[in-house]
Amino acid sequence: MPVDVAAEIVSNRALSGDYNVLGLSAPGIAAAAQPGQFVMVKVGGNRDPLLRRPFSIFEVLRSNDGTPTGITLLSKRIGPSTTNIYNAQPGQLAACLGPLGRPFTVVDTPTEAWMVAGGVGLAPFATLAHALRTRNVKTTLFYGARRAVELFYLDFFRALGVDLVLTTEDGSAGERGRIIAPLDRMLASRPDRQPVMVYACGPEGMLAATARTAAKYSRPCQVSVERIMGCGMGGCYSCVVPMLGDDGKFHHVRSCITGPVLPADQIRWD
Amino acid sequence: MDLSVQIGSLRLKNPLIAASGCFGYGVEYADLVDLSSLGGVAVKGLFLNEREGHPAPRIVETPAGMLNAIGLQGIGVRRFVEEKLPELRARNVTVIVNVCGTTVDEYAEVSRILSDADGVHAIELNISCPNIKEGGIQFGCSLTGTHDVVSAVRKVTRLPVIPKLTPNVTDVPSFARASEDAGADAVSLVNTFLAMVLDVETRRPSISNGMGGLSGPAIRPIAVRMVYECRQTVKIPIVGMGGIADARDALEFMIAGATAVQVGTANFVDPLIWGKLLDGIRSYMDRHNIARISDIVGTVNDHAHP
Repeated sequence: MPVDVAAEIVSNRALSGDYNVLGLSAPGIAAAAQPGQFVMVKVGGNRDPLLRRPFSIFEVLRSNDGTPTGITLLSKRIGPSTTNIYNAQPGQLAACLGPLGRPFTVVDTPTEAWMVAGGVGLAPFATLAHALRTRNVKTTLFYGARRAVELFYLDFFRALGVDLVLTTEDGSAGERGRIIAPLDRMLASRPDRQPVMVYACGPEGMLAATARTAAKYSRPCQVSVERIMGCGMGGCYSCVVPMLGDDGKFHHVRSCITGPVLPADQIRWD
Repeated sequence: MDLSVQIGSLRLKNPLIAASGCFGYGVEYADLVDLSSLGGVAVKGLFLNEREGHPAPRIVETPAGMLNAIGLQGIGVRRFVEEKLPELRARNVTVIVNVCGTTVDEYAEVSRILSDADGVHAIELNISCPNIKEGGIQFGCSLTGTHDVVSAVRKVTRLPVIPKLTPNVTDVPSFARASEDAGADAVSLVNTFLAMVLDVETRRPSISNGMGGLSGPAIRPIAVRMVYECRQTVKIPIVGMGGIADARDALEFMIAGATAVQVGTANFVDPLIWGKLLDGIRSYMDRHNIARISDIVGTVNDHAHP
């Protein structure tokens, strides 16, 4: 059940000129959050921009005794709302509604987890990796960015025991090119008898390519989709995705309440 | 302190109604909001059959507002009655159903089905959606069309009938009068303003439908003016809306002539707005020594400023 809180900003760390990690004091949301869920956030009470923005819950903050105290958000500055978030100061309040949406289904051993992330699409995989590694699931992060300085939190994932496969478009770290190339190669060489679950979050083109690649090797794939959202609650019908229904036809479903995590093989990728 | 208001035969416990198209079928908010604490819930517009609506992107933000073209996606009236109405009934929600149609007969048929169902308290006629070609707006932009839809629905239901008027006409009060003459119990206004946002980099419209309906605080003063004008023209109650974001705004609409108000876009920004609106209205009544909120309806002080 979601709660809406005026969350105090407890930290704001710039990762680059565009990316930042915003820490919010929100114990109720932190305690209830499951990997893949999101929050609707707005910093400041201005009417321009008016609406909140959806963010995957990035990390769960805990006190020394392990009690959940808050969450962080991974944000990339692309417009006025994310500029406000980039420039936010500790002590300010942020309206924060959540946790919202359906989470990832977390697999168990012997199934392996392959997480495919592009850019800010890294966000839902910190909590997912934690949940997977807690279950001792062998976990690999396929992570692509434009250049090396935009690959974040690598040590965080390494510390969890996650294997990393990295690509950059300029070749400054990992393999040069897009993340789909190593994903395809590794799926191709994997024996059918070894089960794997593919998880993906990132730009729409990367999601569609991941879905196609998983389907090519008959592997299940869960994607976390990003749509422009008005409310996050199912009220406005802004964030729809065409999904295959029981009747064999595609219907618009609200990604805020049916998703954001959806089975990739049931989405029509336009 | 009496917050109740009267819309035709329907008594609302307070003047706050969740606006159609902004609150799903109501049940989506049941975990967060006590739905029975609202004066009413106007559920998403329903045709006879299911509709898919427009592709995403369906909304874009504008200064102090937003543009939408959802395209009246909906589950159709029969599925609503079967799948949503029982829960709304169990939660004691005052349900106002927004009825759509592509023909006069469809409006009447949807209204008839709803009148036979248990738990519908009023019918709001959507003759004003700016975003689809074949439904609603052609009736809402024609005085005879408005009259035809309202009188056809009037014949098939005893529920309060509330046509929802478009602001995209030159003279909104004439449409309020046409509704009154055809037997409407009230009118609600305004629906969204037809508008457009372009991406100048790509020179393409920002939403898939090209144009859409503008809502939010940006439109509020125009909507207040239209409510005020209609109050001078018709005797039936007015349900006012357009950019209400706090108690002050709700009171402004009531003073201008609205018996009840609807809140839409602001609910996206703050889904817990309802309690804050009620608190603000109560505090205003306290401050101004007002015992019944209905006493402020249509009480604009028209005297010139000194």
